[in-house]
Amino acid sequence: MALSSRHLLGLQGMPQDDIVKILDTAISFKEILNRPIKKVPTLQGKTIVNLFFENSTRTRTSFELAERRLSADVLSFAASASSVTKGETLKDTARNIEAMKIDMVVIRHNAAGTADFLSKVIKANIINAGDGQHEHPTQGLLDMYTLREKFGKLEGLHVCIVGDILHSRVARSNIFGLQTMGAKVSVCGPATLIPRGIEQLGVDVYHHIDDILPKVDALNVLRIQLEREAGGYFPSLREFHRYFGLTKERLDRANKPITILHPGPINRDVELSADVADGPHSVILEQVLNGVAIRMAVLYLLGASE
Amino acid sequence: MTKNILLQSGRLIDPSNQRDEVVDILITDGIIESIKPKISVTGDHTVIDLKNKVVAPGFIDIHVHLREPGYEHKETIETGTFSAAYGGFTAVCCMPNTNPAIDDESIVTFITTQGKKVHNGIVDVFPIASVSKAREGKTLAPIAELVHAGAVGLSDDGAPVFDAKVMRRALEYAKMYNVPVMQHCEIPELAHGGVMNEGRVSTELGLPGIPGVAEEIMIARDLLLSEYTNSRYHVCHMSTAVAVDLVRQGKKKGIQVTCEVTPHHFTVTDEIVRSYDTNTKMNPPLRTQNDIDAIKAGLQDGTIDVIATDHAPHSLDEKEVDYIQAPFGIVGLETAIGLCITELVEKKFLTLGQLIEKLSINPRKIIGKEIRVSEGEPANLTFFDPSVEWKVEIAKFKSKSKNSPFDGRMLKGKAVGIYNHGSLLMY
Repeated sequence: MALSSRHLLGLQGMPQDDIVKILDTAISFKEILNRPIKKVPTLQGKTIVNLFFENSTRTRTSFELAERRLSADVLSFAASASSVTKGETLKDTARNIEAMKIDMVVIRHNAAGTADFLSKVIKANIINAGDGQHEHPTQGLLDMYTLREKFGKLEGLHVCIVGDILHSRVARSNIFGLQTMGAKVSVCGPATLIPRGIEQLGVDVYHHIDDILPKVDALNVLRIQLEREAGGYFPSLREFHRYFGLTKERLDRANKPITILHPGPINRDVELSADVADGPHSVILEQVLNGVAIRMAVLYLLGASE
Repeated sequence: MTKNILLQSGRLIDPSNQRDEVVDILITDGIIESIKPKISVTGDHTVIDLKNKVVAPGFIDIHVHLREPGYEHKETIETGTFSAAYGGFTAVCCMPNTNPAIDDESIVTFITTQGKKVHNGIVDVFPIASVSKAREGKTLAPIAELVHAGAVGLSDDGAPVFDAKVMRRALEYAKMYNVPVMQHCEIPELAHGGVMNEGRVSTELGLPGIPGVAEEIMIARDLLLSEYTNSRYHVCHMSTAVAVDLVRQGKKKGIQVTCEVTPHHFTVTDEIVRSYDTNTKMNPPLRTQNDIDAIKAGLQDGTIDVIATDHAPHSLDEKEVDYIQAPFGIVGLETAIGLCITELVEKKFLTLGQLIEKLSINPRKIIGKEIRVSEGEPANLTFFDPSVEWKVEIAKFKSKSKNSPFDGRMLKGKAVGIYNHGSLLMY
């Protein structure tokens, strides 16, 4: 029943069997979420800490909800409230938490590799809730879950990730996970926001959104961080919207339904126009519900391995 | 205690004299009295058996961070020279990114005085002074005073001299005193925020990259400035294939350029960063196999003059943080000979003689501290065993810091002792 690893650090290198196991397990948890009584005793007596060194209302809420639905005892640290700001090292913070006999740690940090680092210094199960620009595995899993639910399978699907690929952990987790599951992944964005060497991962690179639309089944549209404009990655948000933003008329030109995913929160009329975000092919709100189910599945499978 | 020493049956390799033979060497009061196939002595002598060991002109590492003054928790002149001595070096050049920077003659004097005081001065400490005041890259440091106090080169290492006008003036000014300007080659805007080589691995890890072109553009600019001013220019810790080729072309054109590479840049690639081990983080970063191949070719064809370690100690606490926050740099003095023999000599890129050129003859020439292994000359020697296999154990390092990515690695070749200024150290 258990996964091949005690931790969920990333989707790179995760065996297909593990991914399938998580996606399948999430089906039954999603059923529970649709019941009137949504709580199960699976992780009763387990203590989970959510260590959020970076603001994230959505991911943290989703994890907390998943943890509480599984009846775990939950502690949440936000960076501003913890001693990190006082100069305590991550290692000291982690060791203090471990001294309190915590079973699982969910960590979000602005530096790549922190989940990996934590897994080496403490004994608890570590779940990566986003480490810098590296990975966001539960987001990758919930995106795959949503796509599988919609299309019945992942193998043979063509998914294009649109926007700021360079700074995106969501993009990386999607690439690694979807490729393992046999889907084709392309990316589309301004050349300044495409990381070097990405084509060596077997990813096709596009710079014109109209070129990719006829070829894909789904678009995973990334949030464009508004500070990238000031960072000089593109001349203006207006230009970004005009050339990379998804609008209804642009999608209509593709002459076929294309499923739209977005990890949230959306910058309306920057990367997505409102009529696309709220349109018939958008699965953005499904992703939010599926996120809770996926996180329950991950917590359950890792907790069950002990 | 006797000062008369007989070094018996060592293989003396001295490329500057085209010498490679098994000899006995008699040292009296620090001076080489005799070099002969067989020397018999009577009376009070210390006899050292160097059978199957190599005797070479004393090795020098021209790129070392001794951290003193200012960062004594990382390293001191005492611990750094101890590390050098155990790594087989009889001399080091220390870089000026101390606190305060080596931009005043009093600091040069402090360092050289302290260097003579520790371990009987067995390791010569030659300071590299800063090019600019406080290493800010804005105005020239008092170069003449610094050189006359004992500085042997100029560098703002850790940071580049980014302003082309300041670089031009430094080259012109340094030329009057015949010292090289040693550049940490990096265009700051291109390298900004990067923590590892930019490429496939950085993309997979989501770590910000430092592109090779950040190094290469600076070298290209400086080569033109060096040519224009007809001055001596030295490229520190070169790391990319294109950089090697730029220097190769520069030398062909007759530009007075020399360069160095570190052992880690010809031993490991950016693949090892996948461990997120902060001891794989240094600047310039570990590059790719293609770059390693080019560096080895450059060592072989003479484009690369020098091997220097960029010994950069950091305390455990400083390195035990996430990859992005961790400081750049690794220690290198005690693994240098092993890495060089394992990667270069064993793999037939260099002969032992060529290796000795890059660890002693050439770097000494660049800073004007040549030595000779001849009768009547002061004995300044490195002894090493080219075939012993050993395992790197960072806990045993003499350096105050242990930040090396090579812990547990099997290496071939190790120093066994040094002799300098009348002192013998065998270990």
